[in-house]
Order: sequence, then C-alpha cells, then structure tokens
Amino acid sequence: MPARRPIQGRYWVIGLPLAWLIGAFLLPFLIVLRISLAEMGDAGPPLGALVSSAHGMLALTLSNYLFIASDDLYLLTYLSSLKYAAITTLLCLFIGYPFAYCMARARAANRALLLMLVMLPFWTSFLLRIYAWKGILADHGILNDLLLALGSIAQPLQLMHTPLSLLIGMVYAYLPFMILPLYANLVKMDTGLLEAAFDLGATPLQAFWRITVPLSKSGIIAGSMLVFIPALGEYVIPELLGGPQTLMIGRVLWDEFFTNNDWPMASAVTVVALLLILLPMAILNKYRDHRQGGA
Amino acid sequence: MSLQLQPALQPDLHSARQPYLSIRNLVKEFDGVRAVDDVSLAIDQGDIFALLGSSGCGKSTLLRMLAGFEQPSLGQITLAGQDLVDVPPWQRPINMMFQSYALFPHLSAWDNIAFGLRRTAMPKDQVAIRVEQMLALVQLTGYGKRKPHQLSGGQQQRVALARSLAKRPQLLLLDEPLGALDRKLRESTQIELLNILEQVGVTCVMVTHDQDEAISMATRIGVMNQGRILQVGAPRDIYEAPNCRFVADFIGSVNLFPGRIVSAQIDHAVIDAAPCSLFVERCDVGAVGSAVTAALRPEKMVLQSEAPAPSQRAAALEHGHNCAQGVLGAIVYFGDQTRYHVLLDGGVEVKVVRTNAARHDSVRLARGQRVFVWWDGADIMLLAN
Repeated sequence: MPARRPIQGRYWVIGLPLAWLIGAFLLPFLIVLRISLAEMGDAGPPLGALVSSAHGMLALTLSNYLFIASDDLYLLTYLSSLKYAAITTLLCLFIGYPFAYCMARARAANRALLLMLVMLPFWTSFLLRIYAWKGILADHGILNDLLLALGSIAQPLQLMHTPLSLLIGMVYAYLPFMILPLYANLVKMDTGLLEAAFDLGATPLQAFWRITVPLSKSGIIAGSMLVFIPALGEYVIPELLGGPQTLMIGRVLWDEFFTNNDWPMASAVTVVALLLILLPMAILNKYRDHRQGGA
Repeated sequence: MSLQLQPALQPDLHSARQPYLSIRNLVKEFDGVRAVDDVSLAIDQGDIFALLGSSGCGKSTLLRMLAGFEQPSLGQITLAGQDLVDVPPWQRPINMMFQSYALFPHLSAWDNIAFGLRRTAMPKDQVAIRVEQMLALVQLTGYGKRKPHQLSGGQQQRVALARSLAKRPQLLLLDEPLGALDRKLRESTQIELLNILEQVGVTCVMVTHDQDEAISMATRIGVMNQGRILQVGAPRDIYEAPNCRFVADFIGSVNLFPGRIVSAQIDHAVIDAAPCSLFVERCDVGAVGSAVTAALRPEKMVLQSEAPAPSQRAAALEHGHNCAQGVLGAIVYFGDQTRYHVLLDGGVEVKVVRTNAARHDSVRLARGQRVFVWWDGADIMLLAN
C-alpha cells in the first residue's frame, strides 16, 4: 500500500546509519575489548582465538588493565597525552576564534575564498605537510638558516623533537578543525544582536564577551571536540616532530602492537584511551541535554 | 475645506525655541546613492513621530542614524541641545526597539531587561527594582525567568519594549513595532503600546511601512519617499490634505483626476477633468488654464443606480458638476465594506467604497449595471502637478 511506504522509508533512514555504526564501530570495538581481556599469546592476529579458548570457556582476565594501572609509564603517557591535546585545543581556540570571527564578518563575496584558503592544506597529503615542518624546524632547516643569515642567533636553535615542535605541528594540523565549526556558528549569528547590545550601552568589547562568545558556545564546544579527540590519539605528529619528552599514547600503542606484538595489552591501552575521550563527552552531552530539557 | 490644526502642532508655536530633537540637512550616501537626502525635522518632547514610507525609502537608515549605527554623510542631529553625530551608540541616551526584537536568545527575559542597566553604575538592588517595575509595566510579572524562545510573539514584543524603556531613554526608537505580530494581536498590542508610551511619556520616533499603524499611533507623521521627507503633519492632515500625488496615493486609497482650471471665482473654482467638470469650494487653486490634479477618497463618493435627486445634493451650485455616470465593474466585498470599481463614461476608472451599514442591502448593485457616482465639492483635494 502506498500509504505504508513512508514508514518503511523511515526504517531505512534510521536503519542504514545504525547498521553502519554497528558494523564499523561497535563490532570492532567489541573485538578490541575482547582482545584486551585476553592473555598475551592467547589472542592476536589472526583473530581465530577470539571465540574458541584452550580451556573450553572464554578466558577473560583483567591483568592487562591491572598492569596499566600499576605501571607509571602508562599513567604518565595518558597524562602527557591529555596535556598536549588540551594545550593544542586551547591554542587552536585562541588562534582559530579571531580567525573564524574575521572570516564570518568579512564581506560575503570574500567568505568563499577565505573558506577555501582554510581548506587548501587538505589538498596536500597530511604526512607530506608534517614532513615539510621537519624541513622548516630542523637544526639546519629553513627557519634556523634564516635566523642565522639575519644574525639574530649565533647557534642553530634546537627546535625539532621538543614540545614546541610537537605543538607547532599539532596546532598547524588541527587548526582548520577548530576554525570550520566556529566559522559556521559565527556566520549564522544575527549581527542585529550586537547592535542591540551597543544600543543598550555595551561597548564593542563588552558586546563581544556578553553576546558573541556565549552565543558561539556550541561552535567552541564542537571545534574543541574535533581538535581534542584526534589530538589525544595522534601518532604521526609526535612520531615525526616530537621527541623523548613528548610521550603520547599513540606512540605507546604503536609500540605495543608492532614492536612488542602484545595485542591484548595494546587493546587495553586503546580501551582506556577511548574511555578518556568518551567520559568527558558523555558528561558534556548529559549537561547539554539537561540544559535543553530544562530550557 | 479648512484644516483643523491641533494647537500644539501650530508651527508658529515652536519656531521660537529649539525643538527637542532636531535633524538638520541630514544626508546619508551609500556608494554615491543618497539613501537619506537632505532631511530636516523638528520633533517635540512627548511626540510620537512616525516615519512612513515604502521599503527602501530611507526611513530605516534615518532611524539607524538616530541610534548611531550609521554615520551621517552630512548634517546634524541634536537631542535636547546635545550634538549626537559623533557620539557612539553605546553612549547615546537613546534606546531602540528592534523590528525582530533582537532579544538575546541566551539570556532570560529578566536578564534581557537588565542588560542595559548593568552597563551603567546602577547598584544591583536598584537594577532588580527597575527590572521588576518594567516587567510589571508590560504585564509580564512572573515571566522573568523565561528565555525568549519560551515566550509568544506578543510577549517577546513586550520584553523588547521593556528592555528599551528600562534605561529611561530620552528618545525611544521603534522599528516597525507591530510588524512581526499577526493582525488580531496587532490591534490589542497597539492600544497597550500607546498606553505604556503615554504612561512613560517618552518621545518616540517610529518607522513603519504600514499606514494604519502610523495613522493610529503617531501624533505626527513624516511621509518619506526616495530619501526625502515629502510631508510632515498630524495624521488627519496627511490623510485629508496631502500636499502631493505621492502622499495622496500612498496614504489610503485615492482616485486621481488630472484636469485644467476653467474658472476661478472668489468662493469657488471649476475644473474641467476627464470624467466630468469639478466644482471646488476653494479659490486658491491657481490661475485659469493651469493644470491640476483633483484627488477624491473612495469612501467620500456616493454610488447609486439612479441620478441623484436635487434634495440629495448639498449645494445647488453643484448641479451639472461633481457627478459622473458609468458602468459598474468589479465588486470586492470586504465584510465591513464593499469596494466598487466603476468605469466612467469619460474612460476613467474610479473606486468607490461603501460601508455595509445594514446586513441586507436594500438595493443590490450588479456588475455591468449603469450607475451614477457623485460627491461633495468640499471633499475634493487639489494637488499641484
């Protein structure tokens, strides 16, 4: 019957993304979770050992998690990852906000061009762009050569493999992810509200803090999430630009998987990292739902 | 017909002193185009002054210059003796009620009203007292905690009004104050708004494209077109004695008859126009032979199926004048009144409006019927070409 069609359509609309999420996110996560609860050697590639077990039952152990909790290295790495991800997010916010603000207030004809310039780096391979920073920041890289030639320094500066080089790379790579949601938010803002604020006696600075910033809160949250979450698990940038001081969980993961070949341990590290990301997000979501529900 | 000017509006009374709000030779150019073209206005304290015009006539630009959002290209604005042109909007003793209200969506009604007060040195307890006063004034006591989206359109309008009045501005600007409300709500809100403005006694400049809104709310109206003020006057003056074709046509509905003066006597003039000759009880219409446009409001014309009896005509002198015959065309029924389109024998089409005073028409007129249209010579408005 034609009248029933829309209802079937609705199942498809909800069902397809749901199937995708189950297949591409939930199932792999459950596999990782299962591996993380196994002894080393019991599980690993290939994944055959996942279900069948030597003792006729599922061998589950929390030993990997206990080890993570007992070993300082993991704790320090998690903390250091959180620190660098947080600093990256803040730097991106402070650089990205004025950037997005100017873009949103630019003449409509220029906005498309500015938007394209923000996205232009994506046309080049991510890896290539990080390598390019190596060329700039190296001991005899472009920046040091330039400063030496100008005579502002006598010795090449140690820029590479420091927290600074790591943060430069991270901020550079993630800035567009902060700018785009902020821009999308700010460009929608009704500038009539600013006029209303001026009219009521607010100076431009007061109007910015009391009207623009609170109204762009959802953009700030979205941008921060888009930067913080991938930055927390970032592997390539710490590997290429970071040094011994800049421990990050992505490198530890890599080592566990491919150097130690300890899949259960690596999986446990992944699950903990995921919880570190999901918990703040869940709290934030609950807070936001509550606000909307109460509103 | 002589005009009944209200005493307060007589020009000789306020030429002696400085007007409260004075706008002199104000010009605003955007890319070489004059949006506001040499506007001068004097507005008295307590006036509710309406700038009336179609969209793009420059009325909003003028209002924005008063608020300080636009800088005039030329000219002066003074309020109570203070020159305003170089004062930024946040330092002007002027507040505005915005067209779409521009309520801050993240703040409650209470905080919206308090926003302006908190920008001043007013102590917190005073702010709270004033906000409660304002909520009471607009009859929204108890609604303070609500966010704008939790309020109806009419309630948002009242919060916006309370917010713009909270700082007790020396001048209140209203941008299409009733524009966002539906028709039914508009009538009640309009009376409420007028009551509040009267209670507060604030001087207002409002901008509207809606002639009904301007006529019913304002004490004085300035009709604008293409950046210029065409006529300033009390609502009745603007409606009954427009000074040009544009104003006559813009305010209400009007029938225009281009004609030529054929005789000018001491107490009357006769004009030869397309539908019939017009007898005007005025002599200051111009020299014999000069071209004029006669304007007649549709509600001041009489439509009937037989020739008007001599007893019906007020002045015997008018016989042979001010009466035309034609064929009834479209009939548009509005409920309270009906508009008849009549194609006169001279080839001119006129609109005649009849109030449906009785439930059942004694004589029903039908399309295609021959009819007579006549009017009183006193109702003819003469406009210079």
